[in-house]
Amino acid sequence: MTTALTHLQRLEAESIHIFREVAAAFAKPVMLYSVGKDSSVLMHLAMKAFYPAKPPFPFLHVDTTWKFREMIAFRDQMAQKLGFDLLVHVNEDGVRDNINPFDHGSNTHTHVMKTVALRQALDKYGFDAAFGGARRDEEKSRAKERIFSFRNAQHVWDPKNQRPEMWKIFNTRIASGESIRVFPLSNWTELDIWQYILQESIPIVPLYFAKERPVVERDGMLILRDDERMKLRPGETVENRLVRFRTLGCYPLTGAIESDADTLEAIVGEMLTARTSERQGRLIDRDEAGSMEKKKREGYF
Amino acid sequence: MTMRHIMAKSLAPTDGVREYLAAQEKKSLLRFLTCGSVDDGKSTLIGRLLSDTKQIFEDQLAALERDSRKHGTTGDDIDFALLVDGLEAEREQGITIDVAYRFFATPKRKFIVADTPGHEQYTRNMATGASTADLAIVLIDARQGVLRQTRRHSIIASLLGIRHVVLAVNKIDLVNFDQTVFDRIVEDYGQFSRDLGFQTIVPIPMSARYGDNVSRRSESMEWYSGPTLIEHLETVSVDEAMVELPFRFPVQYVNRPNLDFRGFAGTVASGSVAPGDEVVVAKSGKSSRVKRIVSYGGDLAQAAAGQAVTLVLDDEVEISRGNMLVSPAARPQVADQFAANIVWFDEHALLPGRSYILRTETDQTSATVTDLKYRINVNDFAHEAAKSLEMNEVGICNISTRTPIAFDPFAENRTTGAFILIDRISNATVGAGMILHSLRRAENIHWQSLDVGKRVRADMKNQRPAVFWFTGLSGSGKSTIANLFEKKLFATGRHTYILDGDNVRHGLNRDLGFTDADRVENIRRVAEVARLMADAGLIVIVSFISPFSAERRMARELMADGEFVEVFVDTPFEECARRDPKGLYARALNGEIKNFTGVDSPYEAPETPEIHLQTLGKSAEEMVDALEHWLNERDIAEDQYDSGGGI
Repeated sequence: MTTALTHLQRLEAESIHIFREVAAAFAKPVMLYSVGKDSSVLMHLAMKAFYPAKPPFPFLHVDTTWKFREMIAFRDQMAQKLGFDLLVHVNEDGVRDNINPFDHGSNTHTHVMKTVALRQALDKYGFDAAFGGARRDEEKSRAKERIFSFRNAQHVWDPKNQRPEMWKIFNTRIASGESIRVFPLSNWTELDIWQYILQESIPIVPLYFAKERPVVERDGMLILRDDERMKLRPGETVENRLVRFRTLGCYPLTGAIESDADTLEAIVGEMLTARTSERQGRLIDRDEAGSMEKKKREGYF
Repeated sequence: MTMRHIMAKSLAPTDGVREYLAAQEKKSLLRFLTCGSVDDGKSTLIGRLLSDTKQIFEDQLAALERDSRKHGTTGDDIDFALLVDGLEAEREQGITIDVAYRFFATPKRKFIVADTPGHEQYTRNMATGASTADLAIVLIDARQGVLRQTRRHSIIASLLGIRHVVLAVNKIDLVNFDQTVFDRIVEDYGQFSRDLGFQTIVPIPMSARYGDNVSRRSESMEWYSGPTLIEHLETVSVDEAMVELPFRFPVQYVNRPNLDFRGFAGTVASGSVAPGDEVVVAKSGKSSRVKRIVSYGGDLAQAAAGQAVTLVLDDEVEISRGNMLVSPAARPQVADQFAANIVWFDEHALLPGRSYILRTETDQTSATVTDLKYRINVNDFAHEAAKSLEMNEVGICNISTRTPIAFDPFAENRTTGAFILIDRISNATVGAGMILHSLRRAENIHWQSLDVGKRVRADMKNQRPAVFWFTGLSGSGKSTIANLFEKKLFATGRHTYILDGDNVRHGLNRDLGFTDADRVENIRRVAEVARLMADAGLIVIVSFISPFSAERRMARELMADGEFVEVFVDTPFEECARRDPKGLYARALNGEIKNFTGVDSPYEAPETPEIHLQTLGKSAEEMVDALEHWLNERDIAEDQYDSGGGI
């Protein structure tokens, strides 16, 4: 007699099903690889979905040039180890104009170096489907999004007019120039992600684990001074503190938490007693009300 | 601003975490939705569930308090609806537009809840949430009782295969916790839902706003002795036992990294399979045995319902995406005609005869509704005759597909018995279908293989078949050009036939009027006749207004490649109305004729016709020359291709 699938087995099977559906139904898919823990899980699931073959699509990293150095090192190491095809795209216009989070604020920086950069990359390669690691439990506009989320030729999401999504029957039909964003982790929660990382021994960027790191206290957040581009304001000092990150993004926009959790078990233990959500460490969500929905409509993941 | 980077306490020792995770692993998962009419308190209930199960973080609570002051509808209290109404438009309008998915857990179970909109116009989003749920919480405002949307949502939940219902009689505080109100609503709902096939209906009186009987037993309702909502959700058994059903494996993706490996990837829909088991390819009837069940962590000894695996077979059998590997003892049906329940989502009504794309979990083909048997009235289940299904309506249809699909009745298997319909032009998901049974005639009619083929018939006439499809407004000159064209072809020894709109309407299509549904059927019949004539080797000239691009496309897809020639007879409306050879425009403009193309019924001009005839200032002869030229060019091109291919 077969026993029923566990919660994680159900989630895993659903994600694998989604990966295969895209590979079968689209001409040119790509996986958005953001190097964070959700991307690590996504990558692991992609490897499983197509085993013994490699995933039949490339991985794209949109590099804002402000990612933690440890993320870039980890990214290159994973690409080499797993042998996937890694594309890196930087918005060269933004680099030329020296767009950065300090002078232009998180909104402009994210728009130019992430949202616009992503659109550039999708147009450049002509991808018709793009996997992202977003989860519905992260934020309330994400809680509303379909697993197969339609984008028009301008990459715009129309949240008021989403296609019905029935059962596991996905509508993969699009006209030329249109595309679909696909979210295999839609139904996973943050706890599921950590539990799965633990169960499957999935490698993640060391920044998730507590360590003494040089941080600056700014605007109520602890910012890791990852390189010399971050100028200290009057009165600010760099202190070594025992910190780690719950999510990873551009280092000037990502707050660390003080923590001594240096193992996966300790991280999960910490999470279980947490009183704030993980996106709370992200400056970009707080800029204005409904800011995630606005960014998503413009083409952000 | 408070300091947000407070030291998180990692109190739990490693062993404790391991234990905790082990316990998590054993939890089962329940997926449910909340539905019901507008303002019955669905979102509030979910806010309450999340709050009571400690799923709301401090930063989210702070944001919620802020939003409640700005958009809230609950006075000084926190408006929990704002926690789930995540779209800007929703918060501004104070309504739920689309389904939101939320996650919570209790010590006994994990839950995924779909909060669905109550407005009728967003019924498709409710259906989206219901399609993956095992249980429905139907909310009722104790002051309102059972409403139209309560019935519609219950019917849709039932059609989509939900067998367990919680009848949440909400806002009971606003009727003074009165048992008689509760009893009357339970009675009403019981009457109404008798034939919906629900296995359990558990009524619970509650106040989502104050938490009575949600997770906390109410002190104001001594008369209620049943479970709280949470108690019931934690313990209700919804197992469908998919694993007990016959083995079904819809092939999703053929994995062929090199010549030595050919695996069939998919998710086991039902039953289970082990290496050595015999399996049958549903559509061809060929059988083979499972050699390996491949997975990333090593080969498996068994794969059961719900698992996503890759099967390797003993033999090189032909299988592609859309086919199904099945148990030899209990096979699915394979048919191109079947009856189904349809829920319609699109603002453009379902029209019998129009061609849609039908998608099952992995298969895709084109399909038409051949017969709309009846529409179901959501108030009283009455079966009503209907010519079309409007948005949010439910009906029973006969469906015909271009190629056979493999399926089980939806009542037997929720995975292999479902499909969606997609509009051919907009690609919108326009409907969802649940298959009832195949139609006998599909099983009995087999295509006769004839020795005398189309090519032979055409060769005997020394020509290539073609269907010249003339489309354009009434009075644009279609018939004049068509008649002259036929004369010229006849003079050069070609075998031809003209199908003219007016003439066909006097005979074959005498029973049809001018509604959209009848126009579609009109074109479908003519297209089928034209196809038979092309098959007989004729050059067919169809002269029909044919105003809708979807039907012209359907006609095109009926014909062999290169045989369909769309001819757009392009005469401006003003000119047609001026010519008015039959006096019809004058009457239509006077309102004496309804549904007249160009006046009060649209004409969708072809975007890329093979031949575009702009008639203004030109003679019929000039235009027929253009047609003849086109035909000669095609025949020459095809002859060259043929002789080249024959070497």
